[in-house]
Amino acid sequence: MKTVSLGKPKSQMNSNTLLLLITIVLFFVLYAIGCVVYGERGFTNLQTFLNVLRSNAGLICVACGMTCVMLTGGIDISVGSLVALDCMLLAYGMANWGLSAPVMCLLVLVIGVVFGLVQGYCVGYLEIQPFIVTMAGMFFARGMTAVISTDQLSINQDVSQAFYDVANHRIYFPFGGVVNRAGKVVMPYIGVGVVIALAVLVAIFLVLRYTKFGRSLYAVGGSEQSAAMMGLDVKRTKLKAYVLSSLLCSIGGICYCMNTMSASVSQATGLEMDAIASAVIGGTLLTGGVGNVIGSFFGVLINGTISSIVQFNGKLASSWPNILTAALLCFFIVLQSVFAKLKEKNK
Amino acid sequence: MNKGKKITQQQLFLPVVCVLLVLAVNIFYDVSQGNEFYNFFKITLTNDVLQGRLINILNRGSEVAILAIGMTLVVSASAGTDISVGSVMSLCASFCCMLVAGYGVSSVSSPDEFAMPLVVGLLGALVMGLVCGAFNGALVAYLNIQPMVATLILWSAARAIGLLLCNNLIVYVRDDTFGLFGGYLGPIPTPILIAAVCVAATSLVLKKTALGMYVQSVGINKRASRIAGLNSQKIIFLCYLICGLCAGIAGIVASSRITSADSNNIGLNMELDAILAVALGGNSLGGGKFSLAGSIIGAYTIQAITTTMYNLGVSTEVAPVFKAVVVIVIVAIQAPPVRAWFKKRAAAKAVQKGVASV
Repeated sequence: MKTVSLGKPKSQMNSNTLLLLITIVLFFVLYAIGCVVYGERGFTNLQTFLNVLRSNAGLICVACGMTCVMLTGGIDISVGSLVALDCMLLAYGMANWGLSAPVMCLLVLVIGVVFGLVQGYCVGYLEIQPFIVTMAGMFFARGMTAVISTDQLSINQDVSQAFYDVANHRIYFPFGGVVNRAGKVVMPYIGVGVVIALAVLVAIFLVLRYTKFGRSLYAVGGSEQSAAMMGLDVKRTKLKAYVLSSLLCSIGGICYCMNTMSASVSQATGLEMDAIASAVIGGTLLTGGVGNVIGSFFGVLINGTISSIVQFNGKLASSWPNILTAALLCFFIVLQSVFAKLKEKNK
Repeated sequence: MNKGKKITQQQLFLPVVCVLLVLAVNIFYDVSQGNEFYNFFKITLTNDVLQGRLINILNRGSEVAILAIGMTLVVSASAGTDISVGSVMSLCASFCCMLVAGYGVSSVSSPDEFAMPLVVGLLGALVMGLVCGAFNGALVAYLNIQPMVATLILWSAARAIGLLLCNNLIVYVRDDTFGLFGGYLGPIPTPILIAAVCVAATSLVLKKTALGMYVQSVGINKRASRIAGLNSQKIIFLCYLICGLCAGIAGIVASSRITSADSNNIGLNMELDAILAVALGGNSLGGGKFSLAGSIIGAYTIQAITTTMYNLGVSTEVAPVFKAVVVIVIVAIQAPPVRAWFKKRAAAKAVQKGVASV
């Protein structure tokens, strides 16, 4: 009797950890392939890896938020448009309203929270399907971006010296330098965005693992009814999840803006699907209750590695990253389904 | 009183009210602009073709209406949405034009230059739609994957594959026969006819065979249906197949409108419109009972909203803001807690009336 009750959670843990492990191994395999094939073009440099991080800092934040929402069994497809709105607000606000960079960043975060509150209220308290709510949010954010400005804006030193400095600030590593063509030693570096993204990642990991809120996200996703019977406020938890997602999305938007230093209406289209794909590749189930931000992080890294391999090749058509990511997604989804079937058989 | 209650509780009540509201906005606007109130409904015969805002809405809304047919079945049977339809549309259009023009050719302008007859291209597009539908269907029905995740694969890949097929070019097929599908057949815009034929065929199949009932039964309870002797997996698979075919037809119409295959733009965000159409039609996205008529009305409502926006002078980029607000309001009215609240209030009023009469 005792062995049965002990054995069950263990085997469940195993299949989920195994999925995460496969994701991590796959990332290293992909990276190794890149190193072997494009080693002489500099793929082995530490900077190549750091560039993947730099260009995906925003996506890491967004994917963390997406994971939290997906844990509750929901989805948030408004993130891409919200990032575009954030970038536009930052660029336009600093240039035309004469507000300083910190004030604008704060405003962006506040808007993120308000956005999340509205969406969360609709999903949690009005019980509208998350897909529909966040789709409306997506239209709204993209439209508001156009209301602010339909031009392609760029953030340069004239717009905001402070933002420019922070965005271009390089944090150098004390090791791993490479001698460039001019004979100078170039140290690998990361930007402020990467630091923010990694801080967010660690924070969300800890929140999900050790706080009451984090655990209740899993509980609600696992079974709403059971969660309600345990005395959890399901509606409130859902509301909080969407607020968290939109807030992280706004932080991601700032990181994204630091990377692109520009804003336009069509910016970050399809980012929501990148975030969802990353989370799914990382082992988060769309039905809720299963997942981890570490997995999503590696999902983002896999996405980034594929794009940088295609970039290093230089000859492949620009649509290949999409196709490869989709193929990977297919592989992982089938794998998950096979695991689920095996689990059912063991029962 | 009893009769009035019955009307408000019908599934088609809200979608029809939505359409009427949109029309009312139009009439109000026309009157305030000093035009006749029937300006919106005016249909004229200019240059031998029918013109007018109503015709325009019916014409432009055809693709979404065709997609909504397949989407309704998918939503009903599998309690999930097929988010790949927009991309599949683009892929089918690219495949069609690629077959007709030949790989790597960017423009053909007469049948003599065609690499293959037009019929092959059109059939190719439909087959491609079926293949995509079969792929989605196999993942959802036989591997038990959540529909949104399963269709996420083709959402991302189909458009990219289309771009590869077209060698990253916009392939033009400047031919009158090809342009017919998005143009005019006599005085009537062809897309309206195509949509009408699709709707008629589907509703005939649903009425004359038990398919509609099977689909609903699977959507309400997959397990119970299987125990009752239905092959649930096969029915779900079939729904995705139909959805793929619809995407193929919509793809042909969309590319015929511009007589080219613009992989990047054909069907962009169309999956959202199609899902929205289903939701606006009063169908639950949780599966089960469905109303095809509701979805079709939903599809034209979306187009009516869009056309009204342009009519009011709202720019293309800003229109989504209003669309979002309209969608949230409409869906919120249909949300269970709000409905329950309305019912409670109506009941309280009835009680008050009862007390007063006593």
